[in-house]
Amino acid sequence: MTTPHPALAGVDQALQSLADVGYLASDEIATTVYLAEALGKPLLVEGPAGVGKTELAKAVSRAIGADLIRLQCYEGVDEARALYEWNHAAQLLRITAERDSHEHAWQDVKSDIFGEEFLLPRPLLAAIRSEERVVLLIDELDKADEEMEGLLLEILSDFQVTVPELGTVTARHRPFVVLTSNATRELSEALRRRCLFLHIDYPDPQLEARIVGLQAPGLDDTLTQTLVRIVGALRAGSLRKPPSVAETLDWAHTLVALGTKELDPALVRSTLGVILKHQDDIRVATSTLDLDRALDG
Amino acid sequence: MPSTAESALGDRLVELTTSLRDHGIRVGTSEVADAARIATALGLDDRIRLRGGVAAAMLRRAGDREVFDRLFDLYFPAAPGRRTVARAESVDELRDQLVQALADNDAQGLEDLAAAAVDLLGEVANGDEQQGYSSAQTISRLQPQRAIAAARQQSRGARGEHSGSGQGGEQLSDRFDREEMRARVAAFRRRIEAEALRRNTQVRSRERVARFGVGSGIEQRDFLSAGTKDLDELRRHIDPLARKLAARMSARRAAGRGEIDVRRTLRRSLSTGGVPIDPAYRERRRHRPDLIVLADLSGSVGAFSTFTMLLMQALHAQFRKVRAYGFVSSTAEITDVLKDAEPGAPLGIWARRTREFTAHGTSSSYGTAFRGFVRSEWESIGPRSTVLILGDARTNYGDPGVAHVAAIAARARHVAWLNPEPARMWDTGDSVAAAYGAIVDMHECRNLDQLRAFVARVLPV
Repeated sequence: MTTPHPALAGVDQALQSLADVGYLASDEIATTVYLAEALGKPLLVEGPAGVGKTELAKAVSRAIGADLIRLQCYEGVDEARALYEWNHAAQLLRITAERDSHEHAWQDVKSDIFGEEFLLPRPLLAAIRSEERVVLLIDELDKADEEMEGLLLEILSDFQVTVPELGTVTARHRPFVVLTSNATRELSEALRRRCLFLHIDYPDPQLEARIVGLQAPGLDDTLTQTLVRIVGALRAGSLRKPPSVAETLDWAHTLVALGTKELDPALVRSTLGVILKHQDDIRVATSTLDLDRALDG
Repeated sequence: MPSTAESALGDRLVELTTSLRDHGIRVGTSEVADAARIATALGLDDRIRLRGGVAAAMLRRAGDREVFDRLFDLYFPAAPGRRTVARAESVDELRDQLVQALADNDAQGLEDLAAAAVDLLGEVANGDEQQGYSSAQTISRLQPQRAIAAARQQSRGARGEHSGSGQGGEQLSDRFDREEMRARVAAFRRRIEAEALRRNTQVRSRERVARFGVGSGIEQRDFLSAGTKDLDELRRHIDPLARKLAARMSARRAAGRGEIDVRRTLRRSLSTGGVPIDPAYRERRRHRPDLIVLADLSGSVGAFSTFTMLLMQALHAQFRKVRAYGFVSSTAEITDVLKDAEPGAPLGIWARRTREFTAHGTSSSYGTAFRGFVRSEWESIGPRSTVLILGDARTNYGDPGVAHVAAIAARARHVAWLNPEPARMWDTGDSVAAAYGAIVDMHECRNLDQLRAFVARVLPV
């Protein structure tokens, strides 16, 4: 077991430190973050889009005062984009320069051009080689091809990478690693085994109301409650893309900007586009909440 | 040497692991070791945190969490024996308290009430002098759903909404608070179930209760028995699988991108004296698969049709070109129907009432259905098509039309058949699974696990 950073030295500390940097975590999130830190294991975070998976990594980096290094995955991301590349242009220049000066023998040049000077570290290598402790965020890993996972296995279990020309580079400070996935693709068992698993779901209404209160302070309490309840009701229904926390916050900001005092069906209807992103969903929501009918009384 | 407390904890974790494995959740040895380290780090005082921590070490999928929580409650119970915090002498009194707790959304109160309800109403004698507790009996005697209306009334009153506006003007929240209350009652029922399980471990062996008392997770739940309650959950799982299916099927497009074809590059370089100025790239193979789904909508697979619908709708959103056909005794295209229907709407009843599907009767006839499909839709099948047939291969002793399936298989790129029946039932009675299976790949697909395996391994890329 490694010594945890003081900010994450216990579940309560983790809760507090994350709250201090503007991330209201559920008890379970804080527990898992503390354990990831205490056990020195990477954290694999899954859950619907927009519930704060990426935000969590950012919050951890703020809480422990470490830089965030981010690898955004996409279809076709490869070793050169994720790990390291050689600066071919600089290498060519060097060779050309050496050839003209004749000072060094070819042997020297050959060993030189695969040195540190010409190495372009990409996020993974940068995180491993960093002098300071960092938070490494590997975002949306499910978007990357399966080969990418193979590349990560060595890093996630031993916190080291092997570069053929340089040898094995081991991390001086074990980075806090967060991997996120929207589960569009099944991640391999080998990768999952190396991580602690955290599923972040939509927060419960009380927590969500607190999050809205923190992020959109202009909204009064009653309105916040109503807002959170409507979002909760929409999530319970069958929508293609249920609104997430990010959308709740967008909606809250919208209502603040509109100077809303009270929610009525007409207003909900006209702002529904902020939280729902499919025409079908808007139709379903309009009928479940019966928004075409005005309030009586 | 470990203290007795530590080894007891270790034993408990191992028992939990065994139970999880019995329920189809794969937990490795290193995970158990991690869980033990976690339990040491967290301590045993806060059960909820411990549960979250152990789950983080042992689980891989969010879908397994429900089963995990129930089993965890068995092996790490909150407190042994009876808990009667909320006291109630009668059903009416209990229901009154329930109304209050529901209106206040008081989690602890609901927990206590669940314990009290099982205590008061759940006791059953099984004849063989063993006493047990039944959640079903508790729920049927208490009928918690009857508290919904009163709880709504009360929570409105508490918010002062109606008294404020004088004559009871309608509030926006009135339009969804019924659903909120329903969700709370559903959660309360789950608490009752957990409490009954927990108590049963007092009188029976923990292993027995774990094996028979805890249902399977959504991953292992049979499509044929899936209720409407599971629908949303099912859909949430099927959507990503459909995405994955689509990604796998169009994977060829990306493969080979930008690769240099050395042979052709060198050949070209002859014109420039061997200097490869103009590199030749491997041609990208264009591959745009289209998908044809052919689904049995007859009564014998009635419940399966809900799953079929979900799968087809999910696929519809993912593929550029999907055509869906349904059949009972004759075949008709339902691509547009899928687009407009509610998610997961049951197709079976509708199909049996619609003449296009029932030209030759209301029970399924694979022979005429396939013949009709081959006759009218032959052109829609091409060498790039993948055909997915969903059905139980029960022909009601009619002509199975194997030759038509063979014709489809010969023309299409790939044909796969998903059969919702357990494989041991195939070829019993009027099932002709083997006859079709000789021509096309037939896969047992009764639950999400099997669907996932099909998507991951079986389908060609």
